[in-house]
Amino acid sequence: MSESQHGALRLTQVRIELAGRELVPALDVVVAPGECVTVMGPSGCGKSTLLAFISGALDAAFRATGSVCVGDEDITRCAPEQRRVGILFQDDLLFPHLSVGDNLSFAIAAQVLDRVERGQRVSRALAEAELPGFEARDPASLSGGQRARVALMRTLLSAPRALLLDEPFSRLDAQLRGDFRRLVFRHAAERGLPTLLVTHDPADVPPGGRVITLDDFVK
Amino acid sequence: MGATVHEVNGVPLRAGTSRWRRALAWAPVLTMTVFLLPVVAGVVGTLLPAFGYLPALGGGTLSLEPWRTLCAQPGFATSVLLTLSTGFAATLLSVVLALGLCAFAYGRPSARRLGAVLAPLLSTPHSALAIGLAFLVAPSGWLVRALSPWLTGWTLPPDVATVGHPSGWPLVVALLLKEVPYLVLMTLGALNQVPAARQLDVARSLGYGRSVAWLKVIVPQVYPQIRLPIYAVLAFSLSVVDVALVLGPGNPPPLSVLAVRWFADADIRWYFPAAAAACLQLVVVAGSMVAWLGLERFVARATRGWLVAGGRGGAAASATMLIASVCGLLFVLAVAAIVGMALWSVAEQWRFPDALPSAWSVANGVRRLSGLATATWQTLGIGIAATLLALVLVLACLENEARAPRPPGLGSLWLLYVPLLVPQIAFLFGAQVLLVRLAWDGAFAAVIWVHLVFVLPYLFLSLADPWRALDPRYARTAASLGASPARVFARVKLPLLLRPILIACAVAFAVSVSQYLPTLFAGNGRVATLTTEAVTLAAGADRRVIGVHALAQTALPLFVYLAAVIVPAIVYARRRGMERWG
Repeated sequence: MSESQHGALRLTQVRIELAGRELVPALDVVVAPGECVTVMGPSGCGKSTLLAFISGALDAAFRATGSVCVGDEDITRCAPEQRRVGILFQDDLLFPHLSVGDNLSFAIAAQVLDRVERGQRVSRALAEAELPGFEARDPASLSGGQRARVALMRTLLSAPRALLLDEPFSRLDAQLRGDFRRLVFRHAAERGLPTLLVTHDPADVPPGGRVITLDDFVK
Repeated sequence: MGATVHEVNGVPLRAGTSRWRRALAWAPVLTMTVFLLPVVAGVVGTLLPAFGYLPALGGGTLSLEPWRTLCAQPGFATSVLLTLSTGFAATLLSVVLALGLCAFAYGRPSARRLGAVLAPLLSTPHSALAIGLAFLVAPSGWLVRALSPWLTGWTLPPDVATVGHPSGWPLVVALLLKEVPYLVLMTLGALNQVPAARQLDVARSLGYGRSVAWLKVIVPQVYPQIRLPIYAVLAFSLSVVDVALVLGPGNPPPLSVLAVRWFADADIRWYFPAAAAACLQLVVVAGSMVAWLGLERFVARATRGWLVAGGRGGAAASATMLIASVCGLLFVLAVAAIVGMALWSVAEQWRFPDALPSAWSVANGVRRLSGLATATWQTLGIGIAATLLALVLVLACLENEARAPRPPGLGSLWLLYVPLLVPQIAFLFGAQVLLVRLAWDGAFAAVIWVHLVFVLPYLFLSLADPWRALDPRYARTAASLGASPARVFARVKLPLLLRPILIACAVAFAVSVSQYLPTLFAGNGRVATLTTEAVTLAAGADRRVIGVHALAQTALPLFVYLAAVIVPAIVYARRRGMERWG
C-alpha cells in the first residue's frame, strides 16, 4: 500500500531544560522524507525527552523552546493526537484489553466508517507483518517479535506523517532485532516517513544514516 | 539565540479539547466543596449550640451552661475515661497486631493470599461484626453454649457481664476485628512504595532473622506511609457509636454514645449539652492525635539504640509468631461471629445449652428477609448513588491530575482524610441542624450527600494508586495514533483499570452500607437502611430477627465485592495480559 509522500520533519532551535539544566541544546535538524536520523547518547541525556517534545507529551517539569514542523505545518502547539506523529517504544505497549485485531483497528481513522474496509485494512496489515489471521488473538499469547511487528503495524495504520523510534529494538534478542530493524526501516522508507531514531546501540543505525550525538552539544 | 521562542508548556489546545480540559480543571474544587462543605458547616453548627446559641430552640445568647450541665452529669468523667481507654487500647493493639502480622507473614508464600482473605472482612459493616460478636460472647452466646454443660456444668446462662462490660473490652475486640485487617492491607499497599523485598534480603544476608529484619528495616520506612490510616483508626476508635451501642457499656456509656442519646431525647433542652459533648469529642480526638504524635516520637527515640545495636533477635521471631497467632484467633472469632449470625437467622428453636439450634426453618428466615425489602432497597439505592457520584468526581480529579501541570501535594491527601479524622458526631450534629433549617432533613438526597462525604475518600484512596501507576506510555501511544484525550480515557484507561475501578466501587459501597450515624442524622430517623435497622434491633429484639438483619447487612457488600472480582475476570477471560492489573 503506497501512501502519499510526506514533508520533512524539521526541528528548529529546539532547546529543552529541566530545572535550569540544559538537556537538549539548541538543536536544528531536518529529516528528509524516507530518511532515518539517529540520535545517540548515554541514558539520561535527554534523548527520550526530545521525542516526548516532538510527540507533544513533554512533562510539565521541562521547559522547552523551539519549533517542530512536518512539511509546511508547524505542530509545536498541536495536541498530541492532532500531530499524526507515530511513536514506537522499547515495549510494544499493545493494549492488553483488546485483541490483536482491535489494537490495529484502534489506530485506523474514525473517518473510515465502513466496517468491511476497516477489517480489510487490519487483515492486510497482519499479512504484511507475517501474522495472517491473527485478528482474534490475545496480544499476551504472541511472542516478543510478533508483538513488536503488531505494534509497528498499529503505528503505520494511523497514517503518521513522521515516525519516532524510542529504542524499539533493545528488548528483542539479537536475531529478532536485526529482522525487526530491517522491517521498520523498509516500511518507513516505502512510505517516505521522516524517521527519528533514539538509541544507545551503534548497531541500530541504518546503513549510511546520519547520526547526531547529544553529548556533543553539552559543554 | 535569535530564533523564535515558543512557550510550549501550557500549550493552547484546540477548542474542543480545551473546553473539556477547562471543565475538568474544576473537578478538584467541586470535589473538595462537595465533601468538605458538610464537614466544615457541620462543625460550626455543632460549636454554636455547644455554647448555648441556637435561636430556633430558644438559645439566643452565648453561654457556658451546656458545658456545666455536661460536666455535672453523673458518670461524666467515667464516660471520658472509657472513651480514652477503649480508643487507645483498640488503636495500639491494632497497630501492634497489624505490623507484627506483616512482619511474620511478609515474604512467605501464604502472604500473597493475605489480602484476598482479609478484603471480604473489610467489606463487612462494623455493626454486623459487633452483633455477631455479641451473639458469640454473651453469657448465653455461642461460646458458652459450645462449652456447656459438658465443660462448664452450666445449664443456665451464667450471671456475668460480657457484652456491656464496664471496661469496654468487647468493644475493643470488635474494633480489632475490623481495624487489624484494615491496617494490614494499608501496610501491604505501602510496601509497594519501598523496595522492601530487596532490603529485607540485604538485612537477612547480614544475619538478621526475617521478623527482626522487618521490624528494624521496614517498619521505620513504612510507618510514615500508614500514619494517616492509623490516625483515622484512632479517631474512629475514640468516637465510634454503632459498635458501642451494641457492645459497649450503657451506664455510663462512651462520650459519643452519650451525645447521641441526649440528642435523641424528647426534651429538646438536652440538645445543648449534647452539642457540648459532641464538641468535647472533637477535643478528645484532637488531643489524642497530639498524644499519639508524642508517642511516635518517644518510640522512635527509645528504639534508636536497639535499631543499630546489632541484635539479630530470636525474641522477635517468637513475638511475631505470637502476634500472628492472636491475629489468627481474631480471624476465627470474626468468621464465627458471621457464621453465628447466619445460624440464628435460620434457627427456629435454639435452647440455651444446645451447641446448635434444635429446629431450623429456612422458610422463616426467608420470610423475615422479605420484611427487609424496604431497608434493602434503600441501602442499595443510597449506596449505589453515593458510589457512582463519588466515582465520577474521583475519575474527574484523577484525569485532571494526569493533565495538570503540577501533581497534587501532600496537603490534598490530608484534606481527603478530614472526614475520617473529624469525629462523625462532631459535624453530623451541626449538619443535621442545617438540614432541618433547609427543610432537607430526612430527604434521600441529604442522606446520599452525607454518605458521599465518607465514600469519596475511600474510593479516591483505593483508586488513586493503581490509576497513577498505569504506564503513561499507553496514553501516549494512543494519542500518537490519533486518539483524543476523551477517547484515550474511555477506550484505554477505563478498560485497563476496570478491575481497580470496580474494587474501589465495592469498597465505597461497603463504606456506604456500614454508615450508621450519618444515615440516622441526615435521614432524621426516617430513612432506614439495613445498618440502622440492625443496630436499632440489636438493643433487644429476637435474636433470629437480628440475625437476619445482620446477615443481610454482611451479604450485600460481600456480593458487590465478589462481583467486582468476578466481572473483570469474565470480561478479560481471554486477555492474559490483563492479569497484571489484578
